Amino acid sequence: MARRRVAVIGAGMTKFMRRALETPKELAWMAARAALESAEMKLDQIDCVVSGSAPDAFDGLHMKGEYLSDGCGAWKKPYLRCYVGGGTGVYAVAQAWFHVASGLFDTALVVCEEKMSSCLPHPQAAFLTIFDPITEQPLKPNLLWIFALEQTRYMQTYGIALEDIARVSVKNKRNALGHPAAQLGADLTVKDVLASEVMAWPVHRLMVSPTSDGAAAVILAGEETARRISDRPVWIQGVGWCLDSAYWTNRDLAYPEYLEKAAWMAYRMAGIREPRREINIAEPYDPFAYKELHHLEGLQLAPRGQAPKLLADGVFDRNGDLPVTPSGGLLGVGNPIAAAGTMKICELFWQLRGEAGARQVPGKPERGVAQAWGDLMQVGTVVVLGTKEPL
Amino acid sequence: MSDRVSIIGIGFTSLKRSTPHQSFKELMFEAAQKAYRDAGVQASEIDSFVTCAEDLNEGLSIFDEYTPDQLGAARKPMHTLTQDGLHGIADAVMQIRAGIAATVAVEAHSKASNILTPDWLLDYAMDPIFNRPLGFDPHALAALEMNLFLNESGIGFDHCAEVVVKNRANALANPVAAYPLDMTSTSVNSSPYFAYPLREAEMARHADGAVVVVLANQAIKSRAKPVWVLGAGFANDSGTVESRDWRKAVYAEIAAKQAYRQASIKDPREIDFFEVDDTYAYKELQHLIAVGLYAEPAQAARALESGETQTGGKTPVNVSGGALGMGLALEAAGLYRIVELVLQIRGQAGPRQLSRVKIGLAQSWRGVPTTSGAVVILGSE
Repeated sequence: MARRRVAVIGAGMTKFMRRALETPKELAWMAARAALESAEMKLDQIDCVVSGSAPDAFDGLHMKGEYLSDGCGAWKKPYLRCYVGGGTGVYAVAQAWFHVASGLFDTALVVCEEKMSSCLPHPQAAFLTIFDPITEQPLKPNLLWIFALEQTRYMQTYGIALEDIARVSVKNKRNALGHPAAQLGADLTVKDVLASEVMAWPVHRLMVSPTSDGAAAVILAGEETARRISDRPVWIQGVGWCLDSAYWTNRDLAYPEYLEKAAWMAYRMAGIREPRREINIAEPYDPFAYKELHHLEGLQLAPRGQAPKLLADGVFDRNGDLPVTPSGGLLGVGNPIAAAGTMKICELFWQLRGEAGARQVPGKPERGVAQAWGDLMQVGTVVVLGTKEPL
Repeated sequence: MSDRVSIIGIGFTSLKRSTPHQSFKELMFEAAQKAYRDAGVQASEIDSFVTCAEDLNEGLSIFDEYTPDQLGAARKPMHTLTQDGLHGIADAVMQIRAGIAATVAVEAHSKASNILTPDWLLDYAMDPIFNRPLGFDPHALAALEMNLFLNESGIGFDHCAEVVVKNRANALANPVAAYPLDMTSTSVNSSPYFAYPLREAEMARHADGAVVVVLANQAIKSRAKPVWVLGAGFANDSGTVESRDWRKAVYAEIAAKQAYRQASIKDPREIDFFEVDDTYAYKELQHLIAVGLYAEPAQAARALESGETQTGGKTPVNVSGGALGMGLALEAAGLYRIVELVLQIRGQAGPRQLSRVKIGLAQSWRGVPTTSGAVVILGSE
């Protein structure tokens, strides 16, 4: 079946930080306008809008998608808000991909926005309501605790040391120093990370992404329009997503199988057989330092339990064999949940066009993969971008 | 390219005012089992799943977490839309046309009886800076719109009352409906005002229920008579209360145009029957005008007077009983309209079966304060 090819032709984002002065709608529009300007397009040229935002509880807004719609540029336009928890930022691009690939729309604007600072005293409180009200909420869990459980399981299964995990924070926060929109770029050592306070053993403060406000947006177009409007379209070669069972306590947390399935869905579409050889840049989801390593294994970019060793060997450095999170990721740029995933797509767009400035990875990369993760350690979303037209 | 998408299975629970004996997971499970049996497929054979749900309606953040298990969707591509079920149908059509899935299951449900203070919850849908501090019940927006609509269109209070009488009487023939009632326009007109000129009897009340719809590309043969998706459109007007066009349902106009273009329908009169949103009685008339069935508001009023939109009329509207008669099933409202379309087109609608219907249109609106709407056209060919 002849499937319509789809390309990313514009990207934009706001600075990630605490943004008390802007409303969620304003943040969404700042990113949407930046993406439109980058593609040299007007809103009139956009056929449909896809938005993404994580829990409504952050903003205390019911039907947040409807509230955000005109801020996202969806005034009198087809509009959908898609939702897979933390995985939304990358998934929204897959959603917009099939909007255009279906032939029903020619151009799509994807806007992901998050404003966590309005949740007082801390958005962590809103996360209590993501847990099962009968079996889990009475235990008063929070995200730090459950991710501490997963990190412990990962470290124990493969004999990984805490220093190995801390290196992710060092790399990503250093990479973020080159990102003009970053919230927490820093030049740190492994010792600094391990000296930061323990939030929930073995998670240290510097291994956790911050709470942030921000938005990121990209513009997609069908092949004819993409070639006409853009001299350097970045093609969407593959998309994949997979949602595992809600009963996370019944799964082995050492390895994200749902991500392996999502990755192969995207790789098959992209015609990738050997991910480690055929992918030049990876932007895996790194809300916690261990997650980047965990996700690289799920993405088939490192053998199980081997990602820490490759990191220590420098393979994932910006000038390494497989640059990983050259943007600085959620640990460095910040983590406005849905917007953070789309930021990774923006980063690949800039890297593959050679426009990443101080963050540019050497060697004219041709293909990159972005990934996000969410719900109850349950969903993997994957998008493969490349400079070559898809199959 | 495989452009043609059909509905190969539907499953639904009866709408109830409350369902203390079933959790939302059990409602979803029941609808899914029925849909998969109707389609003659196993859950494992379905490629992709979509749920339509809102966090605050569920009382759970990131509700997407709790969707896969009871649908047999664990470790499958699945996502949530915070939109009406008809948006879910449009989503499934796009996935199938893009060739990423051959079969897609769309689910939506309502467990509205769990919401202890629905109006208070709805207040959280108002803009937190400009509107919420004013402290009015969001349904008052509908009353204001109704006042403008009646004033500009010449449609009267009695016409709105007639919509209520028609839909709730239609629900008497629908075993799924939660609010069937034989009533007169006098009794509607004597119900108290919620906010002038909107009366309580003109407002649909919530009900619990779940629907699963299985869609497939043309290569997949269905067990029942296939019902084709001829068009699926969706659109938003302005999310901001202050900057939208209050005189007409712009969202429904745009969505209908999109669906008509896909279905190659030039004149809406080619459509045999309609299931449109009637969250408030006046909305049925406003939406029928928006989807182009009537060029002038006066025509809509005359059609109602002449009985044209009755079950036995020329163009039946809301034979199912609509939201007024069936109950308003939150995000599942649109899918209950799809259920009615499929049953009628298959000839399985029992005592309310229409004769010789080939094409039907379903339209949804997400209620105040939104301007989110969708239109789906189904046909036998």
